[in-house]
Amino acid sequence: MTIPGVDIAPSGGTPPEPLLAVSDLRTYFKTDDGIVKAVDGVSFEVRPGQTLGVVGESGSGKSVTMMSILGLNPKPGRIAVAPGSSPGPQMEAFLHHSKKHTSVSTGQALFRGENLLQASQRRLRALRGSEVSMIFQDPMTSLNPVLSIGKQLVEAVLLHRDVTVREARELAIEGLQEVGIPRAERRIDDYPHQFSGGMRQRVMIAMALINEPALLIADEPTTALDVTTQAQILGLIRRLQAERGTAVVLITHDLGVVAETVDEIVVMYAARIAERAPVFSLFERPLHPYTWGLLGSLPRLDVELERLSQIRGQPPSLLRPPAGCRFRPRCAFAFDRCRGELPEATPAGFDPEHLDACFLDESRKLEESARIVAELGLEAEAAA
Amino acid sequence: MLNYILRRLLWACVLFVGVTLITYVLFFLLPADPARLAAGKSATAEDVARVSHQLGLDRPVHEQYALFLKRLVVDHSLGRSYANRRSVNEMVGEAIPVTTALVLGGAVLWMLIALPIGILSALKPRSLIDRGAMIFILIGISAPVVWIGLLLQYFVGFKWGLTPNAGYCDVIDPPAGASCGGPGDWAYHMILPWVTFAILFAASYARMIRANVMDTLGEDYVRTARAKGAPENIVIRRHVLRNALLPVVTMLGLDIGVALGGAIFTEAIFNLPGLGRLALNSVLNLDLPTMQGVIVFATLAIIMLNLVVDLVYAMIDPRIRLA
Repeated sequence: MTIPGVDIAPSGGTPPEPLLAVSDLRTYFKTDDGIVKAVDGVSFEVRPGQTLGVVGESGSGKSVTMMSILGLNPKPGRIAVAPGSSPGPQMEAFLHHSKKHTSVSTGQALFRGENLLQASQRRLRALRGSEVSMIFQDPMTSLNPVLSIGKQLVEAVLLHRDVTVREARELAIEGLQEVGIPRAERRIDDYPHQFSGGMRQRVMIAMALINEPALLIADEPTTALDVTTQAQILGLIRRLQAERGTAVVLITHDLGVVAETVDEIVVMYAARIAERAPVFSLFERPLHPYTWGLLGSLPRLDVELERLSQIRGQPPSLLRPPAGCRFRPRCAFAFDRCRGELPEATPAGFDPEHLDACFLDESRKLEESARIVAELGLEAEAAA
Repeated sequence: MLNYILRRLLWACVLFVGVTLITYVLFFLLPADPARLAAGKSATAEDVARVSHQLGLDRPVHEQYALFLKRLVVDHSLGRSYANRRSVNEMVGEAIPVTTALVLGGAVLWMLIALPIGILSALKPRSLIDRGAMIFILIGISAPVVWIGLLLQYFVGFKWGLTPNAGYCDVIDPPAGASCGGPGDWAYHMILPWVTFAILFAASYARMIRANVMDTLGEDYVRTARAKGAPENIVIRRHVLRNALLPVVTMLGLDIGVALGGAIFTEAIFNLPGLGRLALNSVLNLDLPTMQGVIVFATLAIIMLNLVVDLVYAMIDPRIRLA
């Protein structure tokens, strides 16, 4: 799928060292109802300057994955898991016995080679807002209502840089100008409620980028905005990213948004990765039945369909996930093996960068994929 | 801003007339004759009629009320007590400092208790501090003020002899013949009343502060502050407390306003000559002018504190603009 004017061709050359390499990340939460396995074995990489899209339904673990990496989960604990042993039971035991912690993460999240899951809170604080920044879904509530936006921007600068308040304020004004806030030098003393939703998200972006981070995590940055504003905000993120070479992780439940913005896509389902592929490959040859379902539910103006298809059933409870493949209860292609085994994301035969977690034969998947792509009219665009 | 204050004051006048008028009407609905009480036990019917005429009680209610308003506005006088013919202005004037001392001292004390308990128990829910605080809150809210006051009086004052049982001392200029006086004696006598008065409020404020802080901890902008890399103490101080304590300011102003009208239980237990005791006695004596005097002051206190709260709120919360 293409949106006019957007190039989704693969970038050539050898891939540079990853900026962020996450492997086998697991995050469990303790709740009154039991242990919630919010992230359960997730691996991906982000290279410098790259944009990674993370797609999935609400509750699939997209946000928690990113919050875990930054140590922003409530009362996070950490345990060392011996190599080769299974981390799940150890994490559950830890949460059962710990009085202090309500969440625990294991695995690796290497940021420039440093494992953030083992970093101290002090180290994480130094990275947050300076090397790795985050913007959130709802700009209406993400800014402190009783502090002027200037104070909040200046705070972000002073937390990480050794400059005077006056210099920080200059930087804040520049930052606001850069994200397109008109009359920034006057509006800097305004309070959040004096800005519209789109303008507030611009302020959030200015705040996230003010210390020129290497990685920006945007957690559904456009979900709470109207459609025209959405396009402006995405355009702004793309422009700033191109200018500064910032890597971006774009979390969204909207495949349409990632199609026009990202280089690579991770599709998450029920705390695990269902499919992970470069964007052109995913839209050309989607391999996972869940991805097919997602593509089928995209509203389109150019293809006549009787009605939007939807994926039947509900996402599973992460308190008691179904045995075997998590998508099995909703999958039209499930067979015996799906019931007994949990599929891991494995590279496809035709492209080692295209991974999916499904036991179907590759030939069968490609056949079905071709049928769906043709039905949805995606092939012409993929070729274009 | 000035416009706003003027409008509020105009409303205050309407409110004031309403409250005092209702007091008059209710008073005359009472099935008792204040003149008979004022005339004494052995008074004849003639005596009662004469007293009734002297006090103006034989005139229609609306005339009496008009007279009350005229006296208040023109002479700034609340009239004289039916019971002892003393000037009500004087009596209320003597009682105000006592109640004010009790309420303001109590407010300082209850905030000193409620702030740390509320904040700490919100930051560490289910901890030992939190559970201890919950027990304190439960007791403080459910135990009647009278019971707490009597217990304190019995144990602290009587059994252990740590404080006086009751009574009040003037801070400055104790009247000749008074048994005590001066700031030291004054504070010594106020300790138990302050504690008694503060416990209920301390408990309910601790609960309110705890709930507000816990709510605010879950706000998106607190997550934003953490994502910025702010250390926890800045997150709590700048982002959580600033927001969580805004509603507490409102409550504090309103509660102080209401309490200034007389802390009847506490004053009665500790025999403090404040507005609460004055109001209680005036009701028992069917002493309308004194009752009305206390009500006038209480109404003014509530109206003024409300206005102050609104003005302060506009100063500390940028979302509020007075217009």
